[in-house]
Amino acid sequence: MTKDILNKALEGQRILGEEALFLYDNADLLTLGTFANLIRNKKTDKNQVTFVIDRNINYTNICISGCKFCAFYKNPGEEGGYWITEKELEQKINETKEVGGTQILLQGGLHPDKKLNDYVKLLKYMKSFDIHIHGFSPPEISHIAELENMSVKDVLKVFIDSGLGSIPGGGAEILVNEIRQKISPNKCNADKWLDVMEDAHSLGLKTTATMMFGHIEKKEDIIEHMERLRQLQDKTKGFTAFIPWTFQPANTKIKSTTVTSAEYLRVLALARIFLDNFDNIQASWVTQGSKIAQTALFFGANDLGSTMIEENVVKAADIDFRLPMDEMIRLVQTAGFEPWQRDCFYNRIKKLD
Amino acid sequence: MEPIFIDDKLNKIYEKVKNKVRLDFDDGLYLYETKDLMGAGQIANCKRQSLHGKKSFFIYNQHLNYTNICRNRCLFCAYAKDYCDNGSYQYTMEDVEKELTEKFDEPVNEIHMVGGLNEALPYGYYIDLLKTIKKVRPNVTIKAFTAVEIDHLSNISGKSVEDVINELRENGLEMMPGGGAEILSYRVHKKLFPRKINKDRWLEIIEKVHNSGITTNCTMLYGHIETVEEKVQHLVYLRDLQDRTNGFTAFIPLAFHSENTRLSHIKETTAFEDLKNIIVSRLMLDNVPHIKAYWVMLGEKLAQTALHFGADDLDGTILKEKITHSAGAKSAVGHAKETMIRLIEKAGMTAVERDAFYNEVKAG
Repeated sequence: MTKDILNKALEGQRILGEEALFLYDNADLLTLGTFANLIRNKKTDKNQVTFVIDRNINYTNICISGCKFCAFYKNPGEEGGYWITEKELEQKINETKEVGGTQILLQGGLHPDKKLNDYVKLLKYMKSFDIHIHGFSPPEISHIAELENMSVKDVLKVFIDSGLGSIPGGGAEILVNEIRQKISPNKCNADKWLDVMEDAHSLGLKTTATMMFGHIEKKEDIIEHMERLRQLQDKTKGFTAFIPWTFQPANTKIKSTTVTSAEYLRVLALARIFLDNFDNIQASWVTQGSKIAQTALFFGANDLGSTMIEENVVKAADIDFRLPMDEMIRLVQTAGFEPWQRDCFYNRIKKLD
Repeated sequence: MEPIFIDDKLNKIYEKVKNKVRLDFDDGLYLYETKDLMGAGQIANCKRQSLHGKKSFFIYNQHLNYTNICRNRCLFCAYAKDYCDNGSYQYTMEDVEKELTEKFDEPVNEIHMVGGLNEALPYGYYIDLLKTIKKVRPNVTIKAFTAVEIDHLSNISGKSVEDVINELRENGLEMMPGGGAEILSYRVHKKLFPRKINKDRWLEIIEKVHNSGITTNCTMLYGHIETVEEKVQHLVYLRDLQDRTNGFTAFIPLAFHSENTRLSHIKETTAFEDLKNIIVSRLMLDNVPHIKAYWVMLGEKLAQTALHFGADDLDGTILKEKITHSAGAKSAVGHAKETMIRLIEKAGMTAVERDAFYNEVKAG
């Protein structure tokens, strides 16, 4: 049975949710990884591993969402809350460009008071540096639309005109309302998240999709999450990559043990096998560390995400795997691949050495 | 399921493994060379499963390092000190007793004890160490002293290696760890650890130990200046000795950590390299029962993953690791038994608590 399902996937046929569940429960980890690896080699250049040189900028940490898994946010009025200044932006963007960076990953909390214009100002200022802005996850966009009483599409149109280039897939967590209700009740629900992405795709914006697992979800929820992404991707072809990562419990309100690497690799491999309409699967060195990120390149991942010159959110949960670019290049090369710098759309920029 | 290879040349090696034909030197080299990590991993996993099924072993153990003062000063060591250095120490018997008593509530099954070659310590000190441990913890297995220490004891006492071993055994020594082998090569010996015993002496002492009825582990320190050929040759030396004595219980590939050593310019080993060493040792050492993924050096995450690449043992709780942590290891210094079980079970394996000799420890 395991063999039949895996061979079917390798031949390019779609596998069902129940088949994915069967693999999750029964397939040997190395067998699952082997097939994920073979499928990865068919879908993308088998000799290359890509990543983007970018910087994470968190424009605010003030957030009304209060997600239980987050160690980064501050409540409005709480000490330590900030909204980024232009001076800080200038410095951060210049530093990024100096090291060959091509994009800014711009994300922030759900700020209660800031208006559409504040975001427009932010985007326009950043765009004046001629850098790609990969910004605002669906919960942020949906929050701003609600505050302004505008449609998501209209907000997106304004943002595109102001310089937004693509949307990161954050805030997806687990796309099952029952789970979101418990871990992030104030964040947009699963349907809304997918609607925002659909709107974005319809306006020509490319986006990624993430999944945060290892908290209170069940394996069925993981499959449902991927099923919903696969459905939307059939419709829009707007997702560039899937990025599964594991919940980091330190300093958060969810008491849980961290998902082990074997479980992470299992889900990653399954994602590669199940998401037949996604070209790129990212390994998460931020949550897994460099050794498992490198191992993940053999379990279906073909991309290491980004160099992330600055990463604040996961660091707030006491996870600090710093991976400078040299180290990233070494990881890729010692695993037998060519390291390629890419842009946000997975166009190759240059081979690194 | 039959393995699937990206690198077709692995078929030949797989056929050999399946038919229990011994791999030769070139097979070892090729396994290191191939880029098909998953292919090689599948072969090692087949071998591991044929030996142990889904069992993965761990032990409730405690590390004890009686001194960090050492005359050898190997270039890869961050632990050794000179007598007058800050932070140098040598335990008195009271210290030993205290360290053991502090962990008295823990059901420790094995004491793993090694130390530096401290010229201030007389032969009788080592006998006292064993006696003290036996006094405080009469039921633990003492796994202590590498071939390097045995050679030193023979030198300072003027006794033969056999006499030293017999005397240690009479005082409680039951097993020996596998350290001090580093890389069994004259070239690397000369460059990195010239004051330590060389490959011939290491193999000679271990052979005598085995012949006297004491089993040991064996190790290989990789990730510094060694070549692939030297690693394969190292494994072949061990395999040849094992054919004669059958005294090796487990092989432990040790990933070099360079921080605070005189080789600090050397970068940390990568997962690819670590897993390759697990794979190749599982396949080359067809006569050594167990391959250990030492979580202290690999990190917990990769050690767990290595259970699918040929390893069948995660070492143990350790309680307080000092040597690799002095060289910048990022792993914890010790783990609860529950953590060991969780790592194994979450890897889809069956956790088996063992004693020093790999007998199953029944629940308790």
